[in-house]
Amino acid sequence: MKQLMLGNEAVARGLYEAGCGFVSSYPGTPSTEITEAAAKYQEIYAEWAPNEKVAMEAAFGAALAGTRSFCGMKHVGLNVAADPLFTIGYTGVNAGMLIGVADDAGMHSSQNEQDSRHYAKSAKIPMVEPADSAEGLAFAKLAYEISERFDTPVLIKMCTRVSHSQSVVEPGERIMPPAKPYEKTPAKYIMMPGNAKRRHPVVEERTKALTEYAETTPLNRVEPGRENTVGILTASTSYQYVKEVVGDRYPVLKLGLAWPMPVKAIRDFAASVEKLVVVEELDGFIEDHCRNLGLDVVGKDTFSMIDELSQNIVAEKLGYPTVSGPKLDVAIPPRPPVMCAGCPHRGLFYTLAKNKLTVMGDIGCYTLGAVAPLAAIDTTICMGASVSGIHGFLKASDPEQSKKTVAVIGDSTFMHSGVTGLINVAYNESNSTIIILDNSITGMTGHQQNPTTGFNLKGDPCTKIDLESLCRAVGIRRVRVVDPYNLSECDQAVKEELQADEPSVIISRRPCALLKYVKHKAPLTVDPEKCKTCKMCMKIGCPAISITGGKAQIDATLCTGCGVCEQLCKFDALCAPKEV
Amino acid sequence: METKNIMIVGVGGQGSLLASKLLGRLLLAKDYDTKVSEVHGMSQRGGSVVTYVRFGDKVYSPIIDKGEADCIVSFELLEAARWTEYLKPGGVIVTNTQQINPMPVITGAAEYPANLVKTMTDAGIQVDAIDALKLAEEAGSSKAVNIVLMGHLSRHFDFTEAEWMDALEKSVPAKFLELNKKAFVLGRNA
Repeated sequence: MKQLMLGNEAVARGLYEAGCGFVSSYPGTPSTEITEAAAKYQEIYAEWAPNEKVAMEAAFGAALAGTRSFCGMKHVGLNVAADPLFTIGYTGVNAGMLIGVADDAGMHSSQNEQDSRHYAKSAKIPMVEPADSAEGLAFAKLAYEISERFDTPVLIKMCTRVSHSQSVVEPGERIMPPAKPYEKTPAKYIMMPGNAKRRHPVVEERTKALTEYAETTPLNRVEPGRENTVGILTASTSYQYVKEVVGDRYPVLKLGLAWPMPVKAIRDFAASVEKLVVVEELDGFIEDHCRNLGLDVVGKDTFSMIDELSQNIVAEKLGYPTVSGPKLDVAIPPRPPVMCAGCPHRGLFYTLAKNKLTVMGDIGCYTLGAVAPLAAIDTTICMGASVSGIHGFLKASDPEQSKKTVAVIGDSTFMHSGVTGLINVAYNESNSTIIILDNSITGMTGHQQNPTTGFNLKGDPCTKIDLESLCRAVGIRRVRVVDPYNLSECDQAVKEELQADEPSVIISRRPCALLKYVKHKAPLTVDPEKCKTCKMCMKIGCPAISITGGKAQIDATLCTGCGVCEQLCKFDALCAPKEV
Repeated sequence: METKNIMIVGVGGQGSLLASKLLGRLLLAKDYDTKVSEVHGMSQRGGSVVTYVRFGDKVYSPIIDKGEADCIVSFELLEAARWTEYLKPGGVIVTNTQQINPMPVITGAAEYPANLVKTMTDAGIQVDAIDALKLAEEAGSSKAVNIVLMGHLSRHFDFTEAEWMDALEKSVPAKFLELNKKAFVLGRNA
């Protein structure tokens, strides 16, 4: 029966139908729902790994054992997993293995706009690239066949618009592939130089065979057009924009196998049209391939390498008219994302801003601590970089700098790659102060469990990693826990740990206010008689507080009664309702 | 049939995902090719959010571009004004009159523009504005603003009330169904 499915859900359905039995991933927008949806199938073992490298190695282990496997991540996660990626390209697999990677052109929720297709080429691993949900399902299934036929892991590349668009899918049955029991094959799986030297030629031969396959695979297709003045070579969501604009006017060669690309099929297509136009998001990846074949193309000289494409951009570049609705003659204030009312990060960031500290930030909801009025963060690079970064920063700075610098990192991000940085802090003895913002969940990606929450992906209770013990075990002697709703406690802890002559960890602990089990107190109220409009309460950037009619006002539908603003008011104008 | 385009805009956390789920169910039941495009992640934290719903005989692009929306449903007034350039000539804006201050307004760095319904109408836009928050509260929960507005949107399309109700039943948990049905009817009759 036809269903609407997110591209990510459709890929998960493809995994299910192909008999996949093992999924290990780290959440990351826009890839997260592949794994969440896969976890809903009883037949699939699915887990959140602490990071993408662990996930990929676990998925490889499962494939080695004979079970079709999958690991999923966002584009920057593939950087973390790049180490195993390049070498499992050499070993090949036993049962099929798929690696899902979701790019984020337009940076809706990411720190950069890297194009993952380059990984396929440099790791010499085939990559399929669906353009909608139906293809997400079909390509995932076909990718397992490619994986086993050519003895290689296969990348399935998504992007925000394919991952997070629902389109029509017709699900099928789950069909289990024949069993592939593990057989000891040292020359294939022990990648020490002698063996690896023998595997590299195998990889190069495999790419040749895959290039032959690319000539005829149903993943690539030509859609005829009425005019041959222009022919368009495209892939992924760009294909949708092209078809939206040109319909069946120009022929289109759509590549569903992003790597390796065919040679003859592209040459033949180019020869059948007067002008070859390549429409692709981000880098000129297909374009470079065409230029290597000596073909003259219109590409990144016309279409930007920056941001997403859209049907209007494609229309303008191809000379079609576009219209626009009325633009209002009034300034519309932007509405950036903000920390939620009741967010436990707020009190801690207020403390950091108040003490005018240099703050090494990390990746998560708390990156919003960089936004006015808190504006409390100096750097955000990648997962774990706060802890490693502060170490180098302090080693290279005047010793006094250690009394005014902290690193902040979330619980999930700390487990991902903060702990290795902390080991460096302890081992190489920098006087760093690390604050772990433990909100008991992976927040930004939409509430995924992690090793510190005590629950696994399927929702079952499991071993809970104890952050305090972990920090002490790696050699940090000063470890303390604070409640970020208590401003004086936060202030005292931060001041004392900055003064200490050794590294410290402060765990700022309170669960995310959006978690269902978190009970909120009654909203605070404002006594307008007492409010002097000093605007102290405005310094924490709480969306529930505003100044209306010259007095502070609290939106009772948003306020969670956290009481942080109450502690800032010197006139007792903000107060919790009296308990009856 | 030419592809129809509906944009659902609002503030992260206002329930646009449920609204688009409802529309998706309705359109699929009518056997249209349908695409619904959402944004997850960072912008859900109280930021400006937009969902694109497209349906017709064959839909390619999952997004709606400037000048293409037949209808923009806005859960908040400022958000309606933000997206007017996406309206097709002759398109309609169905909006909540509720105002939610964005952070630059809260901090005093910017002002919330006054008389936005009039500004939009003066720009030649057909605006259909209702107090959806009041109706949602009347239905039993301020959170039902999304369904009130879906009810009001339904007046601009030819689908029957029974078809909408059928889609609603498939989109919300049983314990909230009565509340949401009430919210839908209040919106449809507003």
